[in-house]
Amino acid sequence: MNFSEHNHVIIIYPHPDDESFGAAGTISKFREAGVPVTYLCGTLGEMGRNMGTPFFANRETLPEIRKKELQDACQVLDMNLEMLGYRDKTIEFEPREALAERFKQYIEDLGATLVITFYPGYAVHPDHNAMGAAAFEAVKQMPENERPTLWGTAFSNDHREKLGDPNVVIDLIDSFDKKLEAIKSHRSQAEGMLSQLLAQSESDDEYEAALERFRYEAFYEVDIDQVDLKNQT
Amino acid sequence: MEAINRERIQHYIDQFTNKPVYVHLETTNGAYASHFNTNAYNVGAYIRNAQLTYKQGKIVQHDDGSYRVGLKHDIGWIYAEGLSDYEFNEHGQLLMAGHDDRGRLMVALEISEEPFSY
Repeated sequence: MNFSEHNHVIIIYPHPDDESFGAAGTISKFREAGVPVTYLCGTLGEMGRNMGTPFFANRETLPEIRKKELQDACQVLDMNLEMLGYRDKTIEFEPREALAERFKQYIEDLGATLVITFYPGYAVHPDHNAMGAAAFEAVKQMPENERPTLWGTAFSNDHREKLGDPNVVIDLIDSFDKKLEAIKSHRSQAEGMLSQLLAQSESDDEYEAALERFRYEAFYEVDIDQVDLKNQT
Repeated sequence: MEAINRERIQHYIDQFTNKPVYVHLETTNGAYASHFNTNAYNVGAYIRNAQLTYKQGKIVQHDDGSYRVGLKHDIGWIYAEGLSDYEFNEHGQLLMAGHDDRGRLMVALEISEEPFSY
């Protein structure tokens, strides 16, 4: 695919690290093609359970630690960061229209031609689903000829059964360094997971073990008129 | 955080007794519990900055080595179980938490004279 055909890409996810696990490789490919990327990060992941392995954070220090990790990851990926200031695990309780309005404003102001978010209903975490539903809503509210392309990240156990195969698959075999570095920026969240991946892998190399798990980034390119958002949180 | 020392915690609990305090209480098995195990079921509860004045509080050790803390106030109780680690931070807040074998938080009970950041 031709990454340079876009003018501006907006990533809309709720947590620091969603961008690195879900889209870091794709983001770095857009940046290499000279396309600006902005991350609208909903929360600071204040309610995360992972406190580091062994744990070094606590419930009160976690927000600042994750904020710094997020800023580091965005520096690695060379993308702009907007922290939206919602509270982890509460996004589904915010009015969706207000979120959608805010996202639409960013899309218009930045002239985004591509929005990447979670596919509502297929993204497991309530914040993922709610953030994705509001992002889908934002695109839907725009006049058809001004709408950006919309990609949804889905990973629920039933996503392939319900949605079929993802129609955008980015292979990171030749550009995995940035993704791994971005993931590792989220030390409090990633360290334990990476060591587990390494333990489960046949390889004794962290890069290889992570590559096995994260080599592909997959998205569903969505025709918003074909999605029924009413049943989504 | 460090491993709970029963006497230290009792001392801090007593310090907050009969003072208006803010309490943070949460428990969770995570947003992915039923994603990774279809027989599981996501549970969690969270209250940030409950305002109350408790008149007595006590920490008790469980057989497995973890701790329970109960706070009695005029019209009810607050308690948490599975606490294993604590920190008394520079803001004078008593933070207590229980973690699983991978260091993930399972339960937290925190007491402060000033509201927790929100």
